[in-house]
Amino acid sequence: MKRLLNLHPRRVSRTLLGMLPFVLLLLAYMVTSDARLAENPNDKLLPSFSSIGAAIERMAFEPSKRSGDFLLWADTGASLQRLALGVGISAAIALVFGVLLGIIPYINAGLSPFVSAISMIPPMAILPILFIVFGLGEVSKVVLVVIGITPFIIRDLQQRVSELPSEQIIKAQTLGGSTWQLIIRVVLPQVLPRLIDAVRLSLGAAWLFLIAAEAIAATEGLGYRIFLVRRYLAMDVILPYVIWITFLAFLTDLALRYISRRAFPWFQKQTADST
Amino acid sequence: MSRIEFNNVWKEYGRHVVLENLSLSVDTGEFCTIVGASGCGKTTFLRMLLGEERPSRGEIQLDGKPLRDEPGPDRGVVFQRYSVFPHLTVLQNVMLGLELEAAPLSGRLFGAARRRASEQAREMLDSVGLNQALDRYPTELSGGMQQRLALAQTLVMKPRILLLDEPFGALDPGIRTDMHKLVLQLWQQIGLTVFMITHDLYEAFYLGSRLLVFDKLRIDPQAMEAYGATITYDLPLANVDQGTIEGIRQHVEEEVPRAVEAAVN
Repeated sequence: MKRLLNLHPRRVSRTLLGMLPFVLLLLAYMVTSDARLAENPNDKLLPSFSSIGAAIERMAFEPSKRSGDFLLWADTGASLQRLALGVGISAAIALVFGVLLGIIPYINAGLSPFVSAISMIPPMAILPILFIVFGLGEVSKVVLVVIGITPFIIRDLQQRVSELPSEQIIKAQTLGGSTWQLIIRVVLPQVLPRLIDAVRLSLGAAWLFLIAAEAIAATEGLGYRIFLVRRYLAMDVILPYVIWITFLAFLTDLALRYISRRAFPWFQKQTADST
Repeated sequence: MSRIEFNNVWKEYGRHVVLENLSLSVDTGEFCTIVGASGCGKTTFLRMLLGEERPSRGEIQLDGKPLRDEPGPDRGVVFQRYSVFPHLTVLQNVMLGLELEAAPLSGRLFGAARRRASEQAREMLDSVGLNQALDRYPTELSGGMQQRLALAQTLVMKPRILLLDEPFGALDPGIRTDMHKLVLQLWQQIGLTVFMITHDLYEAFYLGSRLLVFDKLRIDPQAMEAYGATITYDLPLANVDQGTIEGIRQHVEEEVPRAVEAAVN
C-alpha cells in the first residue's frame, strides 16, 4: 500500500470528490429544513426549496409592487457599478503609486512609511467619516472600497516591482533607457499581470466593504437588500442573494484570470517555469 | 580611442576594504579576462566600470574624462542570468535599445522607423544564430539561446565597451564552446573593448588578449576584511605567442560559420 500522500485521484474521481462537499451540504440542508418544517410549517430559518424558488421568482422576474423594478437585477446593477468603480479607481491609483514607490528611491523614502501607516487603518472605522464628508450617496460607498483595498494593492505592486531582477534594470539603462522609458517599457508591462493578480486577491475584501457600506446606508444594492429583509427573517431571499453574490465573485475572478492569460502569454510561461 | 584608466582606485564598504590601490590602463580593442577567487572584488570592479558603484577613492577615466557614475549606452553588459526581458519576444528584446534611443517619450517606434529597427535587429539576430526564434519569448529558449539573445540585444547598440559577468557560467560545456567562438567572432568584427569575468581558467586564456588576476596581496588572519584585493597578475596573452592568436583566428574563421549554421538547424 502506497503512502496516502502519494495517492492521486484520477480526473473523474477528482471532479466527483470536488462536488461531494456541495452535495453533502445541500443534503444536510434539505434534511434539517424538512425536519424543522415538519415541526412548524411557518419556520423561517431554513425555508424549503420551493419557497426559495418562489422568492427568486418574486425578486428576479416580477416587478416590485412599490417601485416597479426587478429588484434582483436593480440591486445587482447598483452593487456591481459601485464595485467596478471602487476596484477600478483602486487599481489605477495603486498602479501609479506601486510602480513609483518600487522604482524611485526618493518617492519610496517619502511615501512608503505613509502608505504603511494608512494601510493599518481599519477602513470600517472611518466609514462614519466618509458618510459625514461625502454624504450617504454613492461616493462614500465607492470611497470605502477604494480606501479598503488600495493600500494592499499598492504594497503588493511595490513589492513586485522591487522584485524585478536588478540586472534587468541595469541592462535597460545600458540600452539607453531613461527613468520614464524604463517605467513604461520595462516595469509597467511586467507589473500589469501582477496587478490583475492583486485585484483578484482583493476582490473578497472589496465585496466585504461594499456590503458593509450598503448595509448601513443605501436605497438599493445586494448588501442593502440582505440587511433590509433580515428584519423579516426572510431567509428565502437572503440565501439566494448570498449564493448570487458568491457566483458573481466567482465569475469576476474567472474573467480576470482569462484576461491575464490572453493579454500576457509570457507571464503564464514564466510562472509555469518557476513553479 | 576609448582608453580606460583606473588611477589608484579603492573601494570600501565601511571598514570592509574590497579593492585597494588598483591601477590599470586598457586600450581599445583589448579583451580582458578577469579571474580570481570568490569575494575578490571582480564583480565590484565590473560594477564600477558599469557605473553601478563608484570608487571610494581614486578615479576611473574613459578617454581622459571621468566615467559617468550611472549605467549608460556606451557600456553594454551581459550578466549570468536575467539579462533579457521576459515580457518581450526575441525580436522585441533586440529592438528595445533601438526604440529607446530613437523615441525618448514613448519608447516605441512606428511605421518606417520601426521597420528599419526591425531590420537592424534581425541582422544582429542572424549573426548570433537566433533568426529562427524571432517571435518566441525568452522563457521558451534554452540557456545558451538566452545568452545569445542577451549578446545580440547589447551589441545592436554598438557599445564601445562590453562587460560580461560570467556570461557562460550556467551553460553546458558544449554550448559554452559554441558561445566562445561566437564571442571571439563578434569581438573581431566589431572591435570593441571587452571585460569578462570567468571562473574557468581555460576560458580566460582561450578568449582573452589580456588576463587580469584579482587577489589579496596582504592577509590579516584576525581581520579578513582589513585588506582588499588588487590586480596581482596582468598578463598580455596576445604578446605571449602571436602564433596562438593567429591559430585562434583561423580556428574562429573556419569554425564559427559552421557553428552558427548548426545552431540554426
